[in-house]
Amino acid sequence: MSSRTDTSTKNDVITDGVTCAVTNSTPAGGIIASQRPAFPLWAALAAAALIWVTAYVTLHPVVDAVTYDLFRLSRESHLGSAINFFLYDTPKVLLLLTGIVFLMGIIRTFFSPESTRRLLGGRREGVGNVAAAGLGIVTPFCSCSAVPLFIGFVEAGVPLGVTFSFLISAPMVNEVAIVLLFGLFGWKTAALYVGLGLTIAIVAGWVIGRLRLERHVEPFVYEIAVGQLDATESLSWSDRTARGIQAVRDIVGRVWPFVVAGIAVGAAIHGYVPQDTMAGIMGKGTWWSVPAAVLLGVPMYSNAAGVLPVIEALIDKGAALGTALAFMMSVVALSLPEMIILRRVLRWQLIAVFVAVVAGGITAVGFIFNLVF
Amino acid sequence: MVKIEVLGSGCANCQRLETLAREAVAKLGIEADVEHVTDIKEIMARGIMATPGLAIDGKVVLAGRVPSAAEVEGIIAGAVKG
Repeated sequence: MSSRTDTSTKNDVITDGVTCAVTNSTPAGGIIASQRPAFPLWAALAAAALIWVTAYVTLHPVVDAVTYDLFRLSRESHLGSAINFFLYDTPKVLLLLTGIVFLMGIIRTFFSPESTRRLLGGRREGVGNVAAAGLGIVTPFCSCSAVPLFIGFVEAGVPLGVTFSFLISAPMVNEVAIVLLFGLFGWKTAALYVGLGLTIAIVAGWVIGRLRLERHVEPFVYEIAVGQLDATESLSWSDRTARGIQAVRDIVGRVWPFVVAGIAVGAAIHGYVPQDTMAGIMGKGTWWSVPAAVLLGVPMYSNAAGVLPVIEALIDKGAALGTALAFMMSVVALSLPEMIILRRVLRWQLIAVFVAVVAGGITAVGFIFNLVF
Repeated sequence: MVKIEVLGSGCANCQRLETLAREAVAKLGIEADVEHVTDIKEIMARGIMATPGLAIDGKVVLAGRVPSAAEVEGIIAGAVKG
C-alpha cells in the first residue's frame, strides 16, 4: 500500500511513475465497497432495466392519451402534432441516452489509453488504422487530452497515420451522436453515420500516414521522456456500475438542455414551416451545398448534442440528409480550438493537411450520401 | 505535509479535479500542498496520457477522469494513512 513518504518533494519522477501502479485505485475500491447497497447489484440492475423497458414501451400510449384525451387536442391540428412530438420524443431520447451512456460507461472501464496504445503499438498501417478507428469509439477520451495522448502514442511507436485515425474517430463516432441520430432520424441514419465516420477516420489516417509527414511533428515530441503508468486497475462490477452511473451524470447532465432544445426546434417546425424552404439552397440539386456546409462547420466547435437543433432544423426545412450529416461531422470532428491545441505538437503544415484530408473525406461522404438516397 | 498534484493542461476537467482535491483536503483537515502541474513534459514523465491526473507525494493515483467528491476524499485519505 501507499506508505507515506516523509519527503514531499520527490523529483525522481520516472521512478514514481513505475511504482505508482501498485497503489492505484485501491483506496477508491475500498470506498465504493463500503457503500454497498442493501440488496445485491444484479437485483438493482435488473430492476433498473425493467423500469427502463417499461417506461420506453408505455411512453407512446401514455403521451397519446395525454395530448389527445387529457389536453383534448386534435390529432390533425398543427399544435396537437407538435405537442405530441415534443412530449414523446423528449423522454424517448433522454431514456435512450441514459441507457446507452450507462452501458458505454461500463464498456469504457475495460479500456484505457494505455491498453489502446499497447494494442496499437505493433500494428502496421492499414490494419492499424482500422483498429485505431474502432478503439476510438470505446476508449475513454476527451479532446482536451489530445496532446498527452498524441505524445504517448507516437513515443510508443504507434505510426502517425494510425494515431490520426484514433484522433478523428474518437470525437466523431460517439454514443451521444449515435443515440441522437437514432432517436430522431431512425436507425438507418445512425448506422450510416457510424459506418461513414469510421470510414473517414480509417481512410484519412491512412492517407496522412502515406504522406510521410513525420518531419512536421514538433521535434520535442520525440525527445520527451515518457514515464510508464501501467495501472491495471482491478475493478469490481460495483465499481464499473458506479462509473456507468457517473458517466450518465456527467454526460446526460451536460447535454440534456441541448436535446430538449433540439426536439423543441423539431416540434416547432413539425407542423408549421413549409418543407421546401431550405430545399433550394441545401437540397440535393445544389452541388455546392455539401462543401459549403463542411467549410462552415470546420472552425465551429460543438459536441453532437449542441449541433443537433441546427441539424434538426435544416433537415426539416428540406436540406438533404447528406448535407446535414456532413455539416454535423465537420462541426464535431474538426474545430479551431482543437487545431490550436494540436499546434503544440504539430506544425501548421501537418495541421493543414489533417484538416484538408478530413474535410475532403466528409465532403465526399456527403456527396455519396446525397447521390445514393 | 502531503504534496498533492493535479496534472493537466488547465482544461475544465482539470480545474474541477483541483477544486475537488482542495475541498477534500479542507474536509479531511490534513496539511497538504495542492499544486497544478501544467508542464506537458512533466505530465508525460509521469506516464499520464489522459488528463487530469492526480498524484499524491509523487505517486500517480488517478488518471483520465474526474471522480466524485467522495472518491477523491477516499483516495486522499487512503494515501495519507498509508
